[in-house]
Amino acid sequence: MNKKYLREDIIRMSGVNPKKCMRCGKCSGTCPAYDEMEYHPHQFVSMVESGDIEPLLESDSLYRCLTCFACVERCPRGVEPAKLIEAVRLTAIRRQGANRLTPNDIPAMLDDEIPQQALVSAFRKYTK
Amino acid sequence: MQRIGVFVCWCGSNIAGTVDVVAVAEALKKEPGVVFSTDYQYMCSQAGQDLIVSSVKEHNLTGLVICSCSPRMHEATFRKTAQVAGLNPYMVEIANIREQCSWVHKDMPIGTEKAIILGKAAVAKVNLNAPLTPGESPVTKRALVIGGGIAGIQTALDIADAGFPVDIVEKKPTIGGKMAQLDKTFPTLDCAACILTPKMVDVAQHENIRIFSYSEVTDVKGFIGNFDVTIKKNARFVNEDICTGCGDCVTKCPQKKVPNEFNLGMDNRSAIYIPFAQAVPKVATIDPAHCTMLKTGKCGVCSKVCKANAIDYTQKDEFITERYGAIVVATGFDPISMDKFDEFAYNQSKDVITSLEFERLTNAAGPTAGKLLRPSDGEHPHKIVFVQCVGSRCDSCAEKGKEYCSKICCMYTAKHAMLTRDKYPDTEVYVFYIDVRTPGKNFDEFYRRAVEEYDVHYIKGMVGKITPEGKKLMVRASDLLDGKQLNIDADLVVLATAIEPDKSARSLATMLTASMDTNDFFTEAHPKLRPVESPTAGVFLSGTCQGPKDIPETVSQAGAAASKVIGLLAKDKLKGNPCVASSDELMCNGCSSCEKVCPYGAITYENKEFRMPDRTTRVRRVASVNPAVCQGCGCCTVTCPSGAMDLRGFMNEQIMAEVDAICK
Amino acid sequence: MQVKEYKPLIVAFCCNWCSYAGADLAGNNRLNYPADVKIIRVPCSCRVNPMFILRAFQRGADGVILCGCHPGDCHYTSGNYFTRRRMAMLFSMLDFLGIERERTRVEWVSAAEGAKFAATMNDFVTQVAALGENKRLEDLRCKK
Repeated sequence: MNKKYLREDIIRMSGVNPKKCMRCGKCSGTCPAYDEMEYHPHQFVSMVESGDIEPLLESDSLYRCLTCFACVERCPRGVEPAKLIEAVRLTAIRRQGANRLTPNDIPAMLDDEIPQQALVSAFRKYTK
Repeated sequence: MQRIGVFVCWCGSNIAGTVDVVAVAEALKKEPGVVFSTDYQYMCSQAGQDLIVSSVKEHNLTGLVICSCSPRMHEATFRKTAQVAGLNPYMVEIANIREQCSWVHKDMPIGTEKAIILGKAAVAKVNLNAPLTPGESPVTKRALVIGGGIAGIQTALDIADAGFPVDIVEKKPTIGGKMAQLDKTFPTLDCAACILTPKMVDVAQHENIRIFSYSEVTDVKGFIGNFDVTIKKNARFVNEDICTGCGDCVTKCPQKKVPNEFNLGMDNRSAIYIPFAQAVPKVATIDPAHCTMLKTGKCGVCSKVCKANAIDYTQKDEFITERYGAIVVATGFDPISMDKFDEFAYNQSKDVITSLEFERLTNAAGPTAGKLLRPSDGEHPHKIVFVQCVGSRCDSCAEKGKEYCSKICCMYTAKHAMLTRDKYPDTEVYVFYIDVRTPGKNFDEFYRRAVEEYDVHYIKGMVGKITPEGKKLMVRASDLLDGKQLNIDADLVVLATAIEPDKSARSLATMLTASMDTNDFFTEAHPKLRPVESPTAGVFLSGTCQGPKDIPETVSQAGAAASKVIGLLAKDKLKGNPCVASSDELMCNGCSSCEKVCPYGAITYENKEFRMPDRTTRVRRVASVNPAVCQGCGCCTVTCPSGAMDLRGFMNEQIMAEVDAICK
Repeated sequence: MQVKEYKPLIVAFCCNWCSYAGADLAGNNRLNYPADVKIIRVPCSCRVNPMFILRAFQRGADGVILCGCHPGDCHYTSGNYFTRRRMAMLFSMLDFLGIERERTRVEWVSAAEGAKFAATMNDFVTQVAALGENKRLEDLRCKK
């Protein structure tokens, strides 16, 4: 896909304006999944802004984000990195054959504790 | 009918090169009202002006049209000439046929045609001109300074030194403001008290200065040169004139559990108190919210121990009205509230403090006598984290904090970090920054010293979350340059909080009809060229009420405001601009639209009696414009739905006539 | 076949503090713009009553341009904000009446922007000239 088109698509989908970012890093400072991630929330913002999106699409970081919205809550500039990550994730998932979860994977994960709702939201988050 | 004379200037070849000046003079002769028309090489020269004067006399002219260069150039010259010739100076109009005609058009016929049209427009306007005289108003030679911080102190001293009486109104029991609370000042590290308190004493002893401490401005009426201000002196229950400030009452007062606001609540004071040792005026004040005597009528210890008999439990608020020629606003700032910033755990832990609290903690006169101790347990902290830009540079949609940079935080944080490392080399100091902004004399050198000589760890990145864990504060932050997340177990966290204008500023601005920006900072008359004046004539700005500033900037602005005030008070009478708005009372319907759009508060409404045709009288509410305050922008004239408001010198009729002349 | 070259008639209202000075600066720098532009000096752009603009069109003006200080730089602090709102209303009404948007314009020109003034006028004149003569609002009684 065209690089510029991809960037605009993600920005439109997320409703985030990465230009507002002042590079303070509070999102990464607050992220509970920081150590799990290859690319950190502030990098998502700056890489989307510079159009460097392919590495993000291929990175596992997309699925390490807990969508806890701590970064959204604390960003002093109102940039909302979690929404941006969500948009990149959706872009990855919408590509053909990029499903991260199939119904066949479910039985292996099941235990008594897991609520129905978690499965539904996992499907929403990880499949197209 | 006017008798108009038209004078077309050649300006050497500047005009005559592209415009056929003779043809212009000839064509304008046919215009209604024109009785004389001529051309001359240099109208602005002495000979040209003499020509005008003699023509006025010879042809009995009542109005003049000069076709020449821009009115911005020579309007004043030709108005003076008219005056010499015995005409009202406002009976002159200029047709700009140089800058806006001959210089921008190359073709002679086209230039000539346009010059004629511009001349016709000017003639049409002069036909409707009326003589105007600027109003005069007296100047009361006394200034009011609102706010007694370093800005107010400096302004008051400078005005008083020039020989004019000054009153300072300060809402706290003492002057001194925020600077009195500081420990040391960057970048020279001289002690704030050592440089401020002598100035406070100067103020107290100056014969031209009166201090109204523990007082507020409650009402402002009038205009430049003549402001009538009501000052409310809050009851302090101590007779200021008798109190010697000995402090016996303070030590004997049984109610000692009142949070001390001077130390930002980090220790307690008694119900009767003197804010600090060098307070000016040094008199005690009873806090009515905590005094047992005032609340229950049972105590009276202070009045028993007072040898001067200064305690007066029956004292009432007192209102004083005074007239001033100029008002200086110096209301200063406050650090913002940390209530919306839960992530920094300010309300959860006593060991998360603001920078101003840190100043008090390191101040020799502070709650710990200058020893840096944790507020929670009084232990010496070993690991200290400073967080910059807390609440500054926030986007408006984040709905907390301020959009602007608070300007002083970078430098005072560097100062705090440096002083901490200097006094306690066993501490580890971290500073989390987004950008370090050090534009100022010796500022960057100072910051570099903190990094290079004092080993302060500057980390690019913001603190995301602070969690109190046992005695420690877990600080989670990102290090953007190293690309890692840090978890620091700090003993003390200092937040460089954004600053905001004092809460009282908004209501004061309403009273003064001075304008403010969206952040409640006072706006200046011109951001570059008139930075210490408010758009409201006679109101001046000093210090942080206009925008974030450090001490040297505040002092220089205070001096600048003082010099403007002195310039105003040195005049005996103020001559106004005669091109001001005026309202036709018979047409005014009293709707208040004009009052709302006036940026100067020049329009007021009054009830007036009108004689009706049937010989009865009726009272109607009508607008009236104060010509001393009106600056002549004309905004009200367009807003007025009934067409009652008009602007002298630029009347609706006159501009219409110009439009007609151009479109003919 | 055109007998006479069509010359639009443009009335420009310029505020005394910024745009009029900007026009003077264009003159000082000898920056040409068409002579079809005739400038009327007003103290502030907010002095311009919508009536003046209607009158100009009534009397046969082909375009009206209003120049003021940049937002935030008004000599009278807030005048140009009023102008901006009033003109947005007026121009949309004129548009409704058939006076094309292209015939009206508000432009911010500072005292230092002589080049901008000249460029704006050149552009505006070309734009209005392309539309041809304005007849929609012209009061023919005025011609008598």
